[in-house]
Amino acid sequence: MKWARTTAIVFLLAVSTACLLANFIAPASYAHQFREEPNAAPSRQHLLGTDDLGRDRFSRVLYGTRVSLLLAPAAALLCSLLAAFIGGIAGFAGGWVERCVMAGTDLFLSLPWLFLLITVRALLPLNVSPIVSVLITFAMLGCLGWAGAARIICADARTLAQSDFILLARASGSDGLRLLWRHLLPNLKPILFAQFWISVPVFILTEANLGILGLGVAEPLPSWGSLLRELEGFSSISGQVWRLVPLILFILVVSSFHLVLTKEELPI
Amino acid sequence: MPRWGDITTLSALPKLAAKILITVLIGGFLGATLVRLAPGFGVDEEELDARLSAQSIQALRATREGDGNLCVFYFRYLSRLLRGDLGNSRTLQRPVSQLVAERLPETLKSVVLGLALGWSAGFLLAVAIVMSRAWYLDLLGSLLVGVLLCLPAAVLALLFVLAQAPARLLLGLVVFPKIFRYSRNLLARSSALPHVLTARAKGLGNMRVLIWHILPTAAPQLLALLGVTVSVAFTAAIPMEALCDLPGIGQLAWKAALGRDVALLVNLTMIVTLVTLVANSFSDIVGKTFCASKA
Repeated sequence: MKWARTTAIVFLLAVSTACLLANFIAPASYAHQFREEPNAAPSRQHLLGTDDLGRDRFSRVLYGTRVSLLLAPAAALLCSLLAAFIGGIAGFAGGWVERCVMAGTDLFLSLPWLFLLITVRALLPLNVSPIVSVLITFAMLGCLGWAGAARIICADARTLAQSDFILLARASGSDGLRLLWRHLLPNLKPILFAQFWISVPVFILTEANLGILGLGVAEPLPSWGSLLRELEGFSSISGQVWRLVPLILFILVVSSFHLVLTKEELPI
Repeated sequence: MPRWGDITTLSALPKLAAKILITVLIGGFLGATLVRLAPGFGVDEEELDARLSAQSIQALRATREGDGNLCVFYFRYLSRLLRGDLGNSRTLQRPVSQLVAERLPETLKSVVLGLALGWSAGFLLAVAIVMSRAWYLDLLGSLLVGVLLCLPAAVLALLFVLAQAPARLLLGLVVFPKIFRYSRNLLARSSALPHVLTARAKGLGNMRVLIWHILPTAAPQLLALLGVTVSVAFTAAIPMEALCDLPGIGQLAWKAALGRDVALLVNLTMIVTLVTLVANSFSDIVGKTFCASKA
């Protein structure tokens, strides 16, 4: 499946480049309203038509994809770093430290993900600027999503801590921090890399869920959640197929993230 | 061979129950802490109503005074809980226990149906693919599952509303890809084991190989998945009930989140956590009993 992986990477690079160049490619700002043309069909001026408020849908797709494609990896990075820190220290220290940290992780894992997220999101300020709302949403995902990855990293760190090369390094006089930084962390890189790539689509999906429920990124800033929420007012699919473009792009982007990891890197 | 009534299984139950209780209490406390420390706590949109007098605003603030101190908030909650009182929902103006009693059966019904559908479809398709070794079936299954895994539950709910499909089936569709993927990988791995290959080489039929050689190897891990899928189903119940207008606790949680109803959200999270923990422990015990019986 090497070809599928290559195609996915090329597709993701193409989409990311298009989104980063949104300022130049998009025919209008994501918030600009063409008040005379609400719900317009695709035309030369509006490639994907306009939404209920007369905003150019193609521009909103570009900017919305940019928001998700920039911030979901950032949240995944935060989550992976937290998991590496917590899981790595727990696995390396072992004993009561590991037991306490793993008990905390179990507790975190037993809290239902979306229930926890909507509880936290609902209690953060709602009357904030769109930029702050998008940062809150993704920071929350990054801060709350570490538990599963920490468990896996802890198990890996525990195995590594008992391996021969660590024993040799200890015998050569390496102290705790040096061992952790020079020997353990480089060997945890593959698992951290896999956890990072697994987290990105999970966070994109979660943001979409939150956005559709009205608890995600605030208007007028577009995100996948707000773009997909348009389906709510979609009474006849056959009549306006172009309105499905954001959904199709969403599926392609998320499936590309799924394909980036090889079979060996994925958990069962 | 240990059975359900065995001393080993029975002696593990109190320990497990204590673990669940402690987890729920700490989880509830952490939930209350999050709620209390989060910015925006104590702010109520009702106070912005220009028609309210200063006295009315003071009265509104007085109703929330107890929630100000985290420990007071939590201990008040626990003492009320022992009396079966889960507090009042501020937004819906009704006792939380009454709301939960009304709505939990609805969600449980959806979750049970969804799990039954998801497990049946996912597991049977995985068995069919592994046993038949038909590449086209594998490709079709993988494509279907690939698309389903890329769709947020909320989008599925919207599509169900558009298609006017029965909303309860949605949870099955959310659980199905996870079951299928995990089961197929597990069964494929088990079917490649040397003893299974030997059994096939000796001319054993497909059903016999599946029941006596493949399933017993994969069963403990499959059973462990049962608990996880309960959590997945409850999580997907929020968008399903919110968007398909089903009066369950998912919809209640969504309304509570929009209305910033602290008491209701903490209670609902604790109830769902409890159900998830019980399901996880149940699958854990069944898995261990199965392993012990195999040994």
